[in-house]
Amino acid sequence: MYVYDEFDRAFLAERVADFRDQVERRLSGALTEDEFKPLRLMNGVYLQLHAYMLRIAIPYGTLSSDQLRRMAHVARVYDRGYGHFTTRQNIQFNWIKLEDLPQAMADLGEVGVHGIQTSGNCIRNVTTDQWAGATPEEFDDPRIWAEILRQYSTFHPEFTYLPRKFKIAITAAPKDRAATKVHDVGLRLHRNEDGELGFEVLVGGGLGRTPFVGKSIRPFLPVRHVLSYIEAIMRVYNQFGRRDNIYKARIKILVHEIGAEAFAEAVEAEWANIRDGALQLTDEIIDDIRARFLYPDFAALEDEPAELTAALEDPRFATWYRNSVHKHKVPGYSIVTISLKPVGAPPGDATADQMDAVADLADAYAFHEIRVGHEQNLCLPNVATRDLPELWRRLDAAGLATPNVNHISDIIACPGLDYCALANARAIPVAQEISKRFADLDRSRGIGRLHVNISGCINACGHHHVGHIGILGVEKNGQEFYQITLGGRADEHAQLGTLLGPAVSYDQVPGLIEDIVDAYLELRSSPKELFIDTVHRLGVEPFKERVYATH
Amino acid sequence: MPLIENGKLVEDRFTRVADEDEALPASTPVLVSLDRFLKEEEALKSANVEVGLIWPNNKPIAEIAPYLPRLALVALNFPTFRDGRAYSQARLLRERLGWKGPLRAVGNVLRDQFLIMARSGFDQIVPAKEADARAFDEAMHSYTVFYQPTGDGRKSLLRARLGRSATRKGTTGEAA
Repeated sequence: MYVYDEFDRAFLAERVADFRDQVERRLSGALTEDEFKPLRLMNGVYLQLHAYMLRIAIPYGTLSSDQLRRMAHVARVYDRGYGHFTTRQNIQFNWIKLEDLPQAMADLGEVGVHGIQTSGNCIRNVTTDQWAGATPEEFDDPRIWAEILRQYSTFHPEFTYLPRKFKIAITAAPKDRAATKVHDVGLRLHRNEDGELGFEVLVGGGLGRTPFVGKSIRPFLPVRHVLSYIEAIMRVYNQFGRRDNIYKARIKILVHEIGAEAFAEAVEAEWANIRDGALQLTDEIIDDIRARFLYPDFAALEDEPAELTAALEDPRFATWYRNSVHKHKVPGYSIVTISLKPVGAPPGDATADQMDAVADLADAYAFHEIRVGHEQNLCLPNVATRDLPELWRRLDAAGLATPNVNHISDIIACPGLDYCALANARAIPVAQEISKRFADLDRSRGIGRLHVNISGCINACGHHHVGHIGILGVEKNGQEFYQITLGGRADEHAQLGTLLGPAVSYDQVPGLIEDIVDAYLELRSSPKELFIDTVHRLGVEPFKERVYATH
Repeated sequence: MPLIENGKLVEDRFTRVADEDEALPASTPVLVSLDRFLKEEEALKSANVEVGLIWPNNKPIAEIAPYLPRLALVALNFPTFRDGRAYSQARLLRERLGWKGPLRAVGNVLRDQFLIMARSGFDQIVPAKEADARAFDEAMHSYTVFYQPTGDGRKSLLRARLGRSATRKGTTGEAA
């Protein structure tokens, strides 16, 4: 965990006071709604279809048990007893009354939690791998760099009124769990031949109505230059990004229009002027931030304890273990994913009781720490392997042990027409129906890894372009229709899905997905070939033939 | 409209001259658009008055360099408060082009942006609302903590944090 110091706390208090003053000026009429809107957005307050929504930042997806418990409290007292974890490692409360907002914010502020820069045309919450600090795959803990960027970007005077929102993601492992190739800036931490730590810098990725995979503009940037390089990118974008059309204002459009090479040249020219200036990170500064991350006091434990061996004889535990537990960098410890996708429930939702339960389990078994992943699941990154059987029993009792992580029912979906003012179609009920069709665990295990992503409109908050199966809700003559794409992926091999065929009606979607899966089972070269690999090998045509023949 | 310079309400010495109709006033400092500045370059030179230039926010600020020696004031424009191009222009003008003279924010200039304007290098502000002018002091002191360095000389946390180490404070209320 990163430990807030007196500066962070003072800033947060000042920000809360600033927003309270802005709300008062809005109520008195001193601020028009037009003037107030960007200010409330930059504090995480949206006006949705039915109510105000409060979006809370979970920097780089890391939460303490006390913070999660406080979110449960907010869900219970000010909302309808639940919260929604988003694809950007944030949490949203959908039913908060305007008059309760300041108090809800104050309650969250007491545990160092806030909604700063979770919306608005500024640098948003920096996201990273939910396994940061725990996975043996990583070159360094990416949260160090996410925290340095969090501080740098917080209320940045030059970059608070950008052409459009700006999202940065970092991965420190070759296996990309942070979707860095579909962010405005993706940073890939690695070591060069001399063992020096640096970033590959990708720009101009993004989804929405004009999806692009990010382009690499620098293969290796020594870590000490990360802030000056980001400042150069932001400065080029702030001056030359389009402001005449909101749909063309993201950096991806600028990069696309002038070309990645010209963009890179502009950045390098700007960077040459500032790289050796005040933003250069010394070892002292990096070490100071690093020292504020406290790691668990890991004990020397056996990697295959007797407790685990015994528990694996229970097939239900064994199923969960194989699905939801991953290797930790410290022997005797494990990374546990908690599926927030029980069959038939809205993806990413957690009730207040479940949040409390997870917080209690984190206290008992996981050094008080919880992570949120962009797949809308939770994670306990540091669990002693010998405690897994007991943890599983308690997760199971709380309805949090569905062993469907990375299965077809582990669906990413936006809130859709049930909540969102922008949506054209429902997303959550589609996800619920699909997960019901594949509720049989033997069946879904037989299918293997398969990511389904659902967006209720072309803004693509459900990342449908990068779903192995992508589902996009559109409106046609007042009816909900859905376009299906195949072959998208958000990992280190990121690519956009290919349209399968004509859009289908709401009622047809679950059946169509079943047909796609049946086609895959028929077409795959062996049970080892994943869905995404079959689509890659054969293209969408054989799927199209089989699926539309039956509809 | 009120003019605030370095935190104080002051008289504006400059007369803003529109692009058309008005003739250049004799012997008072003028503030003109780039169009007019270029059109009447010679007249402005021979009039021997102080000249302020409103640089458009869609033109690279580096191009102002040749004119700087002849200017007594540079103004940067915020067509709406949501258009933040002039923040980058201001920093480049101060930190790259070395402009030491007055730098004025004009347009849709509102109190919730006063502080970031100052941090970007503006020392003159023309608030769009009278009430905002009265709240200048309050707006400038709403924050004491600044995470990132700019050219404004304020101490940033990047440096201020040095020399201290983390202390274990448990998990209550301290972490994020």
